[in-house]
Amino acid sequence: MRPVVRNLVGLAAFLVLWEGVARLGLVRQEDLPPASVVLEQTFGLLGNESFLRDVIASVLAWAIALGLAIVIAVPSGLLLGSLPGLRVATRAVVEFLRPIPSVALIPLVILVVGGGPESKIALATYAAVWPILYNAIYAFDEIDPLLIDTARSCGVSRARILASVALPHAAPFVFTGIRMSAAIGLIVVVSVEFIAGAASGIGQFILEATSGAGRMDLVLAGTIVAGLLGYLINEGLERLGRRMFRWHTVSTAEAM
Amino acid sequence: MSTMLNVTGLSHRYGSGENAHVAVNDLTFVVETGELACIVGPSGCGKSTLLRCISGLIEPTGGEVTLHGDRVTGVPEDLAVVFQDYSRSLFPWLTVRQNVEFPLRWKRNLSRAERRERAEEALSWVNLPGVGGKYPWQLSGGMQQRVSIARALARRPALLLMDEPFASVDAQTRFELEDLLRSVQVAHGSTILLVTHDIDESVYLGDRVLVLSKSPARIVADLPVDLPPERDQITTRESKNFVSLRGEVARLLHGGGDAPEQAPTGEPADTTEPSTLA
Repeated sequence: MRPVVRNLVGLAAFLVLWEGVARLGLVRQEDLPPASVVLEQTFGLLGNESFLRDVIASVLAWAIALGLAIVIAVPSGLLLGSLPGLRVATRAVVEFLRPIPSVALIPLVILVVGGGPESKIALATYAAVWPILYNAIYAFDEIDPLLIDTARSCGVSRARILASVALPHAAPFVFTGIRMSAAIGLIVVVSVEFIAGAASGIGQFILEATSGAGRMDLVLAGTIVAGLLGYLINEGLERLGRRMFRWHTVSTAEAM
Repeated sequence: MSTMLNVTGLSHRYGSGENAHVAVNDLTFVVETGELACIVGPSGCGKSTLLRCISGLIEPTGGEVTLHGDRVTGVPEDLAVVFQDYSRSLFPWLTVRQNVEFPLRWKRNLSRAERRERAEEALSWVNLPGVGGKYPWQLSGGMQQRVSIARALARRPALLLMDEPFASVDAQTRFELEDLLRSVQVAHGSTILLVTHDIDESVYLGDRVLVLSKSPARIVADLPVDLPPERDQITTRESKNFVSLRGEVARLLHGGGDAPEQAPTGEPADTTEPSTLA
C-alpha cells in the first residue's frame, strides 16, 4: 500500500502548488485557472454527452490505429527479424522514415486520404508502427538457437517452429512495443485533431475551447481527460502484460 | 545384439576454401542396441558437431549415418537429444508438463489424455512426480535437467543422444543424475550415446568408451568398460578396473594423435598407479 499512498501524496502536493500559484496571482487566472476550478469543470464534462462523444471518437480512432499498427508491424518484424539480408536492405528507408514527426505528415495525409477521421487514424498508425516493429525485429532476431535446435530435435517442422517457439518467445517483447505505441498513438490522435481539426475528438474539443472563448479551464479539463485516458491505457496494458508474461519477467530476472 | 547406430566415414567441414574448418574427420563407429556408449574427447574437438550430424540437425559434408538401418537425412522420428544447457533448452513459457509433452504434440495418433499420461509417466521415471504444473524456472538446475531427460524419454526414442548433459550442475547433483541415468537405461533397455569431456564420467556411465582425438576429431580408441552393470558412486570409483580404465582413457586423451589407431580392446591396461590426470 505504501507506494500508492506516496503517489497520492505527490498528486495532492502538485494540486496544492497549482492552486496556490493561481490563487496568489503569480499567473493570471484567465491563463491558468486554479486546480479546483479545472477539476470541477472536468467532472462536469464527464457528464456532458457531447464531450463524451468526443472522447469516444478519439478512443475509437486510437484503437483502430493501434490494431492496424500491430497487424502491420508484427509480420514485418518477423520477416525483417528472420531475414538479415532483407533487414539490411531496408535499414536506410526505415531509419529515414522512423524519426519523421507524424504531425509533419499532416498536409500530405490530408491530401491523400482526405480530412475525415481516416487522416488521424493513418497518422497514428504510422507513428505506432515503429516501436512494435523495432521490438519485433529484435525479438525474432535474438531468439536462442538452442531453443530452435530443441524444437527441431523434437521433430517440429520449421513452419511449426514459428508458431510454437518464435511467437511465444517474441510475445513479451512485442507487447512492450505495443504498450509504447499505445501511448504514442493517443498523443498523435489528439494532436492531429487539435492541429488539423476534426469533426469530433478530444483534440477538437480543446481546439474549440481555445480559439472561440479562450476558456482555459475547459482546455485544461480536456487535457486532464486526455492524460487520464493515457494513464488508464498504460496501467491496463502493464497489468495485462504482467499477468500474461509472468514467465518472462521472472525468468529474465533470474538470469540477470 | 543388433546395431542401432552406424556412423561411417563421417566428416564435417564448416565453410569452404581457405577458411574451411574441419570439425570432424572420417569417424567410423557403431552403437549396439541397448548400450550406453560414451564419447569422451578434449574440449573443442568437434563432439557437438558429431552429435548434431547424428541427430540430423546438420547434414555432414561427408560420410553417412544410419539409425536402425535407415539413413539419417533429417531429424529422425525416434531420436531424442538432451542438451547441456537445460536453462536455455526448456521453454520458459510452458509448464514442466507442457515441456515434456512438447515432442508429443506433433504426433497425430496421440490423444490429449495419452500425451498427458505419457508426460506424467516420463516425469515419474526421473523421480519428478507432482511438479508438472510448475514452470522450469521455479525448479533447481538438477531438477530442470531431469525435466529435459523426461522430455527426451517421453518421445520413447530408439536412440537418446546426450551432449554434456551434466556439465552445468554441481558435483552432488551430477552424481545423482548419473545414477538416475544408469537406472533409467537399465530399466528401459535404452540405447544412449553420451558425449562428455569428463573422463571419470565416461567410464562410470558407459558400457563402452570411445576416445576422440583433438580437432579434427578421430576415434583414438574404442574401449569396453569391464564393470558390473550396477554402479555405485563410491565402490565403483574405488575399484581396480575403474581406476585402471580411467588411467588408460586419460593417457589416450593426453597422448592424442600419438596413440595407435586401434587401441587394444577387451582387457583394460594393467596399470598399478592411479592416474592423476582426471
